[in-house]
Amino acid sequence: MTALRSVPVASPERSVQALLPRAAAIPTQYLSPDGNLTEQGRGAPIDDALMTTMFRDMYLGRRLDQQALNLQRQGELGLWLMSLGQEASQVGSIRALRDTDYVFPSYREHVAGLCRGLTPTQLLSQWRGVVHAGWDWEATRFHFYSLVLGSQTLHATGYAIGLKHDGVDDVVLTYVGDGATSQGDVNEALNWAAVNDAPIVFFCQNNNWAISTPNRAQYRGALHRRATGFGLRSYIVDGNDALAVHDVTQAAVSHARNGGGPVFIEADTYRMAGHSTSDDPRRYREDAETEVWKARDPITRLELYLRASGVDDDYFSEVRAEGDDLAESVRKACLQLEEPVLTDLFSKVYAEQHPVMDLQHAEHLRFLSTLEAAQ
Amino acid sequence: MTQMTMGKALNEGLRAAMQADDKVVVLGEDIGALGGVFRITEGLQDQFGPQRVVDTPLAESGIVGTAIGLAMRGYRPVCEIQFDGFVYPGFDQIVSQLAKMRARSGGRLAMPVVIRIPCGGGIGAVEHHSESNEAYFAHTAGLRVVSCATPEDAFHMIQQAVLSDDPVVFFEPKRRYWDKGDVADTPSLDLHSARVVRAGADVTLVAHGPSVKVAEQAASFAASDGVDVQVVDLRSVSPLDTTTLHACARSTGRVVVVHEASTFLGIGAEVAASVTEHCFRDLQAPVLRVGAYDLPYPPSKAEDDFLPGVDRVLDALERSLSY
Repeated sequence: MTALRSVPVASPERSVQALLPRAAAIPTQYLSPDGNLTEQGRGAPIDDALMTTMFRDMYLGRRLDQQALNLQRQGELGLWLMSLGQEASQVGSIRALRDTDYVFPSYREHVAGLCRGLTPTQLLSQWRGVVHAGWDWEATRFHFYSLVLGSQTLHATGYAIGLKHDGVDDVVLTYVGDGATSQGDVNEALNWAAVNDAPIVFFCQNNNWAISTPNRAQYRGALHRRATGFGLRSYIVDGNDALAVHDVTQAAVSHARNGGGPVFIEADTYRMAGHSTSDDPRRYREDAETEVWKARDPITRLELYLRASGVDDDYFSEVRAEGDDLAESVRKACLQLEEPVLTDLFSKVYAEQHPVMDLQHAEHLRFLSTLEAAQ
Repeated sequence: MTQMTMGKALNEGLRAAMQADDKVVVLGEDIGALGGVFRITEGLQDQFGPQRVVDTPLAESGIVGTAIGLAMRGYRPVCEIQFDGFVYPGFDQIVSQLAKMRARSGGRLAMPVVIRIPCGGGIGAVEHHSESNEAYFAHTAGLRVVSCATPEDAFHMIQQAVLSDDPVVFFEPKRRYWDKGDVADTPSLDLHSARVVRAGADVTLVAHGPSVKVAEQAASFAASDGVDVQVVDLRSVSPLDTTTLHACARSTGRVVVVHEASTFLGIGAEVAASVTEHCFRDLQAPVLRVGAYDLPYPPSKAEDDFLPGVDRVLDALERSLSY
């Protein structure tokens, strides 16, 4: 793992130089945008089966994204937040975990969720407005989404402390975006994890934009540098390079699992679409910028690598066919999602009996009965 | 039956809860070696170790947020917020995360978290150390909100709160921490029942937390003038024990509610609305509220005039009776 660029906790330098703002480190990169192994990449362990798995994961994630966008445009989803461009960050990181490691996502981790066995329909259900939590988080070890930015990083930290108390060697990985790093909760979580030596990895998908706010208006000290200030081991990786993300995350997870304490990973990536289906990115950023990142596309990059390594057309056609099936079945299943009934919700707020819930439930039923009587 | 102060009763209650279940952990600022600024957790770290009695970083959102994560992992965290006015940095984690987690999970996830908040004024404290902010939490679905008024309730209610599978915001009237009282070995009421602390036929005086003692004192003065005041300690402000409240209101036909929190949209407003809605025909007078004025908490030298004291309560009782 010596090839990885880890940013160690700063040594106490006493020179004036040490007080100057420090530039970001260069992201670890194994695959160049044209699909060739970089010098660092040539020293990295490469598992061919993992590479094809990750390609399939990313490809299917993108097909889900596209179909969900279509469904939203047709009025079938209230909102959708695309992962477009961030597939390598999500797949590379989640594939570096054990199945028993617990994940606290933010709200854009659909591609990672698919890897954890969530069905596309489960991922859509929240955005169709039928549930708040659409899947079995215990079985998948993938918690439901948190829409209050950064709030989940504290839950993740508390959970990780619990794992440590229990003497279990699972780790927690929590996803967070560059915008959320401005929240107090994220900074509290980094600090809390550090003082508790919590077995947690903070995976920051730095996609450069927080809705319409570019990250130069969000923060000035590089995020991976900030993490070292909190006393975390920290990495920066090319977030559009699944191979590098996977290897860096594996190193981070292994550090946390072996009692080394919390780790921060900044994945340098780009949100190719708007923040959600409710904003048009052309209002706040230049097409030229998007074009630069289009040339660094994570899926194209891995496809070029795989083809050059001898993976044939059959494999790609197979994955494409699987994507067609997914898109078709997602549409059908989405339209069939069962809608919630308000009368069912009164019993789900408290674990124990609650007179206000009982009273208001009864009142609602009484009101409904007057409607029936009127008909 | 043992005599102890409310502070000691809370301490013993927490000790008993921790002995009963090793998943109970206590988190807060300066609660370990120091025993908390009010010494409520004194000796607990020595007995249960630093892993179960945790001195946290100084960040309320962090305390509540990590408690939520611990609860997801099967722990039963009890958080200490050092003072009422310091709870706001943790507000999102309480009202958006802790309170809603069960509903968001479709009724699957339990959140057995207790948030202890020393509350109220009357101790000559500096600003932000004397607030009564229970209404913010009582307004949020998913939370239970209670307040103890006696050592006996302190001892039993804190244990009942820890046993609850729902989040409980537990308000401790800090100016009563040093008051002594008898503590029975077994609880006589559940966490959410109100208690009639004084029988009376002429008017019902409703209070909770630090105001219960004020209400009792006012009732004693009124008795010397021949007025028979019934005093009700709500104990739980969410949910309200409306069964007891309505029965008491019907029995006297006159209700005065007193609390330290600001009057506008305080718990008194809910008491008044509930009594009016359900006991309208039995009422002889409108429900009157005696709360703090709707001012930010004043410098402490002015707090005696700001807080609803015995004289303002007596004034309200008189207005109710002469209506």
